[in-house]
Amino acid sequence: MSELRFEGVTVRFGTGGRALTAVDGVDLTIPSGQVVGLVGESGSGKSTLARAAVGLAEPSAGQILLDGVPLRQRAGQRRPLQMVFQDPYSSLDPRMTIGDSIAEAVPRSAQVNRRREVGRLLELVGLDAERAAAYPGALSGGQRQRVAIARALAGRPDVLIADEITSALDVSIQGTVLNLVRSLQRELQLSMLFISHNLAVVRYVSDLIAVMYLGRIVEVGPAHQVLSDPQHPYTKELLAAAPRRGTTSLPPSDPTVADAEPADPHHPPAGCHFHPRCPIGPLVRTDREHCLTIDPTTDADRRVHNTACHHAASALQTVSQ
Amino acid sequence: MRARWISVLRTPVGAGAGVLLLGVLLLAVLAPLLWSDQASAIDTEHLLEGSSAKHWLGTDNLGRDIFYRVLVASRTSILLALLATLIAVVAGLALGCASVLLGRRAGRLTTAVVNIAVAFPGLLLALFFAVVFGVGAKGAVLAIGFAGAPSFARLTQTLVAGVAERDFVAAARIAGVGRFRILLRHILPNIAEPLVVNATIGAGGTLLAFAGLSFLGLGVQPPAYDWGRLMGESLNGIYVHPAAALAPGVAVVIAGLAFNLFGEAVAKGFGVPAMVGPRLRDRPAETMPAETDDDEAVLVVKDLYVSFPGPITPVRGISFTIGKGEIVGVVGESGSGKSLTALAVAQLIEPPGQVRAAELSFLGAPLLGRLAVRSTAAARRRLLGTSFAMVFQDPMTSFNPTKRIGPQLAEGAREHQGLNRRQAMARAIDRLRAVRVPAAERRARQYPHEFSGGMRQRAMIGMGLMGTPALIVADEPTTALDVTVQRQVLRLLETIRTEDDVAVLLISHDITVVAQVCGRVLVMYAGRIVEDLPASELATGARHPYTRALLAAVPDLETPLDEPLAVIAGRPVDPALLPSGCAFAARCEFAEDRCRAEDPSLVSHGPDHQVACWNPQGTAAWQARYLGTESIRTGQR
Repeated sequence: MSELRFEGVTVRFGTGGRALTAVDGVDLTIPSGQVVGLVGESGSGKSTLARAAVGLAEPSAGQILLDGVPLRQRAGQRRPLQMVFQDPYSSLDPRMTIGDSIAEAVPRSAQVNRRREVGRLLELVGLDAERAAAYPGALSGGQRQRVAIARALAGRPDVLIADEITSALDVSIQGTVLNLVRSLQRELQLSMLFISHNLAVVRYVSDLIAVMYLGRIVEVGPAHQVLSDPQHPYTKELLAAAPRRGTTSLPPSDPTVADAEPADPHHPPAGCHFHPRCPIGPLVRTDREHCLTIDPTTDADRRVHNTACHHAASALQTVSQ
Repeated sequence: MRARWISVLRTPVGAGAGVLLLGVLLLAVLAPLLWSDQASAIDTEHLLEGSSAKHWLGTDNLGRDIFYRVLVASRTSILLALLATLIAVVAGLALGCASVLLGRRAGRLTTAVVNIAVAFPGLLLALFFAVVFGVGAKGAVLAIGFAGAPSFARLTQTLVAGVAERDFVAAARIAGVGRFRILLRHILPNIAEPLVVNATIGAGGTLLAFAGLSFLGLGVQPPAYDWGRLMGESLNGIYVHPAAALAPGVAVVIAGLAFNLFGEAVAKGFGVPAMVGPRLRDRPAETMPAETDDDEAVLVVKDLYVSFPGPITPVRGISFTIGKGEIVGVVGESGSGKSLTALAVAQLIEPPGQVRAAELSFLGAPLLGRLAVRSTAAARRRLLGTSFAMVFQDPMTSFNPTKRIGPQLAEGAREHQGLNRRQAMARAIDRLRAVRVPAAERRARQYPHEFSGGMRQRAMIGMGLMGTPALIVADEPTTALDVTVQRQVLRLLETIRTEDDVAVLLISHDITVVAQVCGRVLVMYAGRIVEDLPASELATGARHPYTRALLAAVPDLETPLDEPLAVIAGRPVDPALLPSGCAFAARCEFAEDRCRAEDPSLVSHGPDHQVACWNPQGTAAWQARYLGTESIRTGQR
């Protein structure tokens, strides 16, 4: 039960002309016991944000707070943040039994019998405790992902970060892993950052949804609100592209922007990052030149869902309506 | 692990080298115990003699028997060589792993040091160190050891960098495991094999280097002796008593070969997983003359089998026809054989894989069997080169990264259509425009890495459009792309189909993608088509329990949030252990005894609809039996 807060977190790779700002001044709060779903395309900085939280990437600005205390001060002790990775084939050491992998993550301070703890965790994720002696090679992708979840839970985390944990799995297995994550989260009252590019998957597990584009959070709000009343044109585009039951034709898209190329993260566009692809922006409507120069993130908190778009509804208007 | 060592020793080279190495090591251990008296016995009556019955290889200037001295010297030579190798490995490991232990900045410094050290020739370093550490066995061991360290350090660095990138190392770091423990528990076990192999090969080289230093008088000093020194001592008399100088040389060669060959054999055994299993018999495919019952058919596949040694048969007798301008989707889980089907159609299955079919013909021309042999290979290549296009899953690897996009597109047109360079390039730019790559002229001059994933996939489709394709086979073309880009690529395929009347075979694991784009859907499970139906019927009229379960398992924006997601219990069948009955029976909630005993074949259920199931769902008979069972609708358990 802990609240994780990102405050102006920026992560930069490289220096000089080849520098890449993967995460650009992100403010995001994961309330205690809730799941924040983070969506965005590849290269939008979702995974880098997660890696910054668990200490695998060093933020060059801003801070990450757990219950109001900067995370960096706690390094070396029990790790309050744990992460489950995308690819269960690479996240388990092939030369270690799954029991050893999980046992390694059990904190030394915890006064428990490691073997019993490993058995308990394996049963928690729906695997037989006897399987502790198995090597990852003997397990299917879905089972490996369960082991990876058990290992993350072994650290008794306050916050769990799940980075695209189902995208490497077949659809038939994806369901079991999502069901498990959802029930564990409810049972253990975990705070969670759930990262995925699939809006339908995020919708299923999240209380809040944050949308990321080119290193910035462009919209964040309660899941049902973001889905039913999206403010940012990018969120709308993602929603339009998401699969719906029984559709037999491709959803329509605006031909003027459909073939626009995704922006180069090394040289993000000035003003609003999304303007070269925006269906309501300067490409389509010539009067909206301010999108080219004025950054909408600076006054995002004045709009509904903290949307980084000049044309989103103002929070004040909605209140007065 | 043990099985691989045994398989190494089973190869002729491995067995020979193993025996040789064992012999050399045994000699090194036993020779001084057995023969040191004979080797040091001074026979003043026979000084500097040639070979005789008493002294096989003659005697040295003190009348000592050279044969025994060569045997006894094996211990010193091999022991010192191994010591030097040990120093090289330990120093190399320490330098190579420094980046893990010391953090980024200090790690970068050690990398720079290793880079500089590697640039010097080994022998130069050895001589340099030999001078620094002084003349003598100890000095030589240190010199050769440290001279060999940089190359080991480089190897270790490369291997460590590969493993340290992996997620399990990141996971261990997040779990709070210290750097040293990560190195010991996660990194070293995963790089041990190549290191051991290289150390073995390195030992052979060290042996030779040591003999060289001793030969020059920088190594072992009298009264001790090793092979190098024996060679040096006998060199003056090489024209009188050649055997005395050659024998230690031969010993160095044999011991060096033993180490090298063994290392090579192990490296080969561990590097390339050997294909085990009986070889498939070469059975020429029985191909019937193409029946011209359907002029519109672009691709006719009848009873297609793809098999690999094992023997396993991941594609088991599938048949379908694709008409002109038709877009057909193939869906299934990984391992269902859908990609192999695509590769078989494209003639891209490499030996030892084998493709068999009663008929496999493209635009009326057979691609398999005796009839295909009759039409020349060149003609077939031209047909495939101009009328057939393939789009692969990973746009990152499907272009040659060292060539510009335009010339890569133009290459095929110059080969198959006889265009000159300028014409081909103009066509390439035109085609890039056709697949809506913005600023086509400029982009044609760019390299693949300057293209985003979606643009690269467009360029790949553009490459297929260089000719006048009748069929595009797209194997998971959008899986590696983002949802918004995915839609653009799918729409592009759809446009090409309608404008140019091109047939498309779209392979995907995502049933919603297939439903959106395709006219007809083939559902594959365990190498068979289990259902063949119009895409419009997919949502409501699917008959096979697998198709229904697959549809139910995909969450969408209307999935109820208060229920668990539908899942398909169990796991896909192993193609090596196929059950006798229906392959899906073990995961099917409607399975009966008949399903487990007999394999259902694909039978017609209404127009354009075929199902391979004993209990097709949604039929009148089925409704009578299961009406009111709630779980059927959602496919849940």
